[in-house]
Amino acid sequence: MLKKIVYAITAVMILISVYVLFFIAPIPIDPGAAAGDPGNFKIFYFHLPIAISAYLSFFIVFISSILYLRSKKQKWDILSLSAAEIGVVFAFLTLVSGSIWGRSAWNAYWVSWDVRLNTSLILFLIYLSYLMIRQAVEEPEKRARLSAVFGIIGFISVPISFLSVRFYSKMHPCVVPPCPSGGGGGIGGEVLYYLLLHFAAYFLLAASLMMLRMDNENLKEKANELKRKNNL
Amino acid sequence: MKFLEIARKDLLAEFRTKQMLNSMVIFALLVIVIFSFAFGNEATIFVPNLNKKIVDLLAPGMLWISFTFAGMLGLSRSFAGEKEEGCLEGLKLCPVERSEIYNGKVLSNAVLMFLMEMATLPIFIVLFSYEIKNILGLIVVIILGTFGFIFVGTLLSALTVNTRTREILLPVILFPVLIPVILSAVSATGIMLSNGNFSDVAGELQILVVYDLIFFVVAQMVFEYTIED
Repeated sequence: MLKKIVYAITAVMILISVYVLFFIAPIPIDPGAAAGDPGNFKIFYFHLPIAISAYLSFFIVFISSILYLRSKKQKWDILSLSAAEIGVVFAFLTLVSGSIWGRSAWNAYWVSWDVRLNTSLILFLIYLSYLMIRQAVEEPEKRARLSAVFGIIGFISVPISFLSVRFYSKMHPCVVPPCPSGGGGGIGGEVLYYLLLHFAAYFLLAASLMMLRMDNENLKEKANELKRKNNL
Repeated sequence: MKFLEIARKDLLAEFRTKQMLNSMVIFALLVIVIFSFAFGNEATIFVPNLNKKIVDLLAPGMLWISFTFAGMLGLSRSFAGEKEEGCLEGLKLCPVERSEIYNGKVLSNAVLMFLMEMATLPIFIVLFSYEIKNILGLIVVIILGTFGFIFVGTLLSALTVNTRTREILLPVILFPVLIPVILSAVSATGIMLSNGNFSDVAGELQILVVYDLIFFVVAQMVFEYTIED
């Protein structure tokens, strides 16, 4: 019952946020300072919350992988699988929305030497390979164990990738404080409230999808159990 | 220090047949030769506004592509060989910590990698009539980069050996994790090749050292989970 309420709230929030995005929210930048068509900057309301949701999902994979290796409880494995799948989808959407925005703002879909772009791509690739590992092992216990190991080392390599690409110059703006190299402006007043609305909507979306995916996996488990019991 | 025994066993078995080493060296040679066919004519063109020849721009990437691709061959066999005849079970029965098995494998893989790199570098110099300016710096960068590659590679090789498609899966999961090593090693190699000092690559060296340390420590902790049954 509680879950259904969460799903309902999520659906309403997503609808509201999409409506707000197109009809109410202001352009999140001084239109004079925008490169390209300032209207394109509205994709920001979508791009940032999706990216942060993806990062959070990967963090959940990391934590639940550690918990799995400590306790060997299947629920942690199911949680990391669901979080990784949702994270990969959200990371992909981040890359796509960022590229579309980049085409308008920087006149290029991809800027290969930029920090943020590369880190997002690396994250996406690492968790794609995480899903590859899961696909390659059939025994559930072994699959959970091996993918937990990769969930840990994959997440650890992310901050180092972040550091290593730091050496190259930056194009992607720094929006969420703290920003060591300046920036961090641009969000304030009205824009901030609309942004928080979108954050709430997309966090809820990620959480609901994760819960659905976990239910799905638990049901699959139950079905297998029944099959085994009845020698099917 | 039991890991020395495990490494010795691996290297002894390897040098009896030289199966792995031969294919790694020949593969690295082939990669360099293909690059020399592809870029040989243009390599000596001088680019005035960069004050470099084209080969200077391509060399670090070419070297690391041949190192990592040839190293991948060795890594994928490193545990797959143990899988035959139940050798892995024997190893696990050894009265040593599981991490000693990992350390031994790291050492034997690293020796094979270094031998392969020592053979590849002269071939590269000959084929591109290249002159390495700071050979000592280059050696340090190659050692750090190779260890980063081996630390993660050995762990993931143990991880993939239990999967259905191990030879295909290893490169797919290894390269994303290796990106920091490859980026920093390529960038530092480029600077060392064109007469840079250690101070010019301080940032890259820091990344390499940090990466090596972190993954060495993490691998000690999680390795036992990759081979337990």
